[in-house]
Amino acid sequence: MGSLEWMAWTLPTAIFFVTIALILTGMTVWQIISPGTERRGFLPMATTRGDRLFIGLLGSAFIHLGWIGLTDLSLWWALAISVAYLLAMMRWG
Amino acid sequence: MEKWHDNRAWFLVLPVFLMVAISAIIPLMTVVNYSVQDIFGPGQRVFVGIEWFREVLGDSRLHDALIRQLIFSGLVLLIEIPLGVAIALAMPARGWGVSVSLVLLALPLLIPWNVIGTIWIIFMRPDIGLLGVLINGLGIPFDHPTAPLDAWVTVVLMEVWHWTPLVALLAYAGLRAIPDAYFQAARIDGASAWATFRYIQLPKMRGVLVIAVLLRFMDSFLIYAEPFVLTGGGPGNSTTFLSIYLVKLAVGQFDLGPAAAFSIIYFLIVLLFSFVFYQALQRIGTGDKPGDRR
Repeated sequence: MGSLEWMAWTLPTAIFFVTIALILTGMTVWQIISPGTERRGFLPMATTRGDRLFIGLLGSAFIHLGWIGLTDLSLWWALAISVAYLLAMMRWG
Repeated sequence: MEKWHDNRAWFLVLPVFLMVAISAIIPLMTVVNYSVQDIFGPGQRVFVGIEWFREVLGDSRLHDALIRQLIFSGLVLLIEIPLGVAIALAMPARGWGVSVSLVLLALPLLIPWNVIGTIWIIFMRPDIGLLGVLINGLGIPFDHPTAPLDAWVTVVLMEVWHWTPLVALLAYAGLRAIPDAYFQAARIDGASAWATFRYIQLPKMRGVLVIAVLLRFMDSFLIYAEPFVLTGGGPGNSTTFLSIYLVKLAVGQFDLGPAAAFSIIYFLIVLLFSFVFYQALQRIGTGDKPGDRR
């Protein structure tokens, strides 16, 4: 792993990127097995699964930033809220 | 009949994917890694968790730079988009005037960004600059190196001069792509010039205007070279936009951890605004309203 030393990897960031990669792979496999179409939920526009995942992940990033900026509480709470938000977005968004 | 997809086409995308991976995704991963560590040098680093994010989010200079950046991008979009569309509408549809207009419009786009800054430093100088001397000659005191408002006027003017041609060229391409049949129908119905613009030209230009707004927003939000050369972020911090502050942090102070955290927040803001603009502009002229359901 010496050649990757310049990237300054840490275990938490590696877990983060592996999770994102697994989600994207999972979504790709899901789309191949069961192709999805655009639909409308509570969001004000028609979205595909990929759109809802993007909105969910972007929103989760801002939930984390808001949590860090506004509270001193543990970041695990922000993660729990983000996971709930992401699941709600994927199901009803 | 079901549409048939040839998945071999994905192989054609592979080279671009690899280029983006090398030039964007891998550096982005590195920035994320840096944002949670205190970097002292090659191989010398300490994990600090979210400390840099907490520090950056509480930094009043970042808040000020963000507000300045939003005002700047808002001003630029408010001026450049209508002005670009107006120029495109005023351009000739055929004849020798088309070539002349296109060449004149393309000129500012061909000049390197740092040269633009230098041109405008000289152009706006109150002692020898053409416009600077003219404004002062009218009895209006104008001195962009010392007066914050004058510095803002100069930076916005420079940006408008530099990039409105891009909007005009895109809008012109959109206008020329509208079939004549639409205009003939409008004439038969006795539509006014405004009605023709509102119900034919504007909706038909939607695609190019989406591109124009997104390009201009992202570019103005990431602006660095021109204001850095022109004002260096001053006077004081009055034209210190996000990218100028970021470079001061990363290169000037060599605070790589906070700079990386700052970069991620910056990236997320650009991503959010671009997404919102894209979604909003996609619906212009389609009659698609937020409350509609399929």
